Amino acid sequence: MSDLMKVSSNPHIRSKSATGSIMLAVVTALLPAAGFGIYNFGTDALILILVTVLSTVLTEYIFEKILGKKVTIGDYSAVVTGLLLALNLPASAPWWIGMVGGIFAILVVKMLFGGLGQNFMNPALGARCFLLISFTSIMTNFDCDAYTGATPLAALKSGEAVNIFDMVVGKTAGTIGETSMVAIVIGACFLILTGVIDLRIPGSYIVSFVIFLTLFGGRGFDYAYISAHLAGGGLMLGAFFMATDYVTRPITVKGQYVFGILLGILTGIFRIFGPSAEGVSYAIIIGNLLVPLIEKATLPTAFGKGGARA
Amino acid sequence: MNDIKERLVNGLIKENPTFVLMLGMCPTLAVTTSAMNGLGMGLTTMVVLALSNAFISLLRNIIPGKVRIPAFIVIIASFVTIVELLLEGFIPTLYSALGIYIPLIVVNCIILGRAESYASKNPVIASLFDGIGMGLGFSFALTCIGAVRELIGAGTLFGMHIMPESYIPCSIFIMAPGAFFVLAALTAIQNKVKLIGERKGKDMSKIQSGCGSDCLNCSDAGCTRRLYDEKAQDKKTRLIKGEGEKDHA
Repeated sequence: MSDLMKVSSNPHIRSKSATGSIMLAVVTALLPAAGFGIYNFGTDALILILVTVLSTVLTEYIFEKILGKKVTIGDYSAVVTGLLLALNLPASAPWWIGMVGGIFAILVVKMLFGGLGQNFMNPALGARCFLLISFTSIMTNFDCDAYTGATPLAALKSGEAVNIFDMVVGKTAGTIGETSMVAIVIGACFLILTGVIDLRIPGSYIVSFVIFLTLFGGRGFDYAYISAHLAGGGLMLGAFFMATDYVTRPITVKGQYVFGILLGILTGIFRIFGPSAEGVSYAIIIGNLLVPLIEKATLPTAFGKGGARA
Repeated sequence: MNDIKERLVNGLIKENPTFVLMLGMCPTLAVTTSAMNGLGMGLTTMVVLALSNAFISLLRNIIPGKVRIPAFIVIIASFVTIVELLLEGFIPTLYSALGIYIPLIVVNCIILGRAESYASKNPVIASLFDGIGMGLGFSFALTCIGAVRELIGAGTLFGMHIMPESYIPCSIFIMAPGAFFVLAALTAIQNKVKLIGERKGKDMSKIQSGCGSDCLNCSDAGCTRRLYDEKAQDKKTRLIKGEGEKDHA
């Protein structure tokens, strides 16, 4: 009887998942893509990944030490940021690019806005766009030992034929982590099965992007063209790992679909009508900026309020 | 003489229009792509500011209160036109670099703010030096921002190569986002200096960062908001006394 009378305040339902365990799951899920990148591009990629991760973690540590705040590098969120940023860099980039990007991502995009949970855009993508604008020639130079010439998306844009099988496996030029669709999807499946992410944002993102391509791509529902667009560039990495970032996605369920559709349309506009071949990072950070509006518009009505009047 | 010195220090440091009063952000952010452009814009504004301040102070007893803003703008616009034509004639490179921002000096809120809050109530010499002080403060701030942006974004300073050959310029700093980064960083440094000064026990009450929005206890004569508040307060008391009807008639 006394067991039943136990009184405690809420919350009554507890979950073992914490920021640290979720972030660790994301790191694990990114390992296939990172591993394939290292296999594909060699030790340059490994060094770049290490430098970037180290610089994000160290920046967070030093910033919090100087300001006398609680050190939060134990929650692995800085590792996720560093890893995502590194996977978005071309393997030919010098090591200091990773360092500058890592410092910018943590210091400017994350810590100055109040740390994890307060940042208004994905730190890794913010830093990537910062680097892309600042060091355009380095960031768009995908020549390395293994491959020379344009990325498959750029080739596709200029009307050349691409090998879709290579693109799906990942044996093409590109940034370290984006080339292999297979490795990314393996990681994404792990995240979905462990319940860290769900398919709402990636699903609506990819479906709306395919519909946009069919309508405005100029080739109708061309199977080869569409699968090349899906496998090429950062779409998969962006859809599964960056658009689903807990901090910068909408909280409401309806809002997540709106967010996904918005990203799909923006990516389509940038890829088809824009001057450059790729547009996933810009699409996601513009989407991030619109998240407060989307949440406001899709706020669910509380039970018992509103509804149809009889 | 003391008064003149006080006005110059006030404009340069205590009430620096950019870092302290946060006025005139449009030219501050737009034209500071290099130290030279910043200095040019600052000095151009200084000339207009000093001359219009002196002129408005001369006419302060003639201009009727109700049409003072249009009157100020006519005076300021005349000086801007003079300066614009001079620049076009004698320094065409600076003229083309500053572009639309020269005619826009007419609506620069520093100039209108000083006219409204200082020149229209103070004698000519003091107003002239208030304008020069404010202009120097503006030039100093713009040159600082321009120098940092030019150094990081292009590796040069006043057009001379400073950084080593191997330095790859971070070109975002000479684009629009860089202006925000640098302005925020410099203002943060200024605030930090102020905080350290306060801890050491110096009287820093005159060095404001922006506005404490405490208008009632604000002793800052340069704050335009306070002026409007007083006006509103006056009107309120008159309304209570039943004298306000005249205004509406």
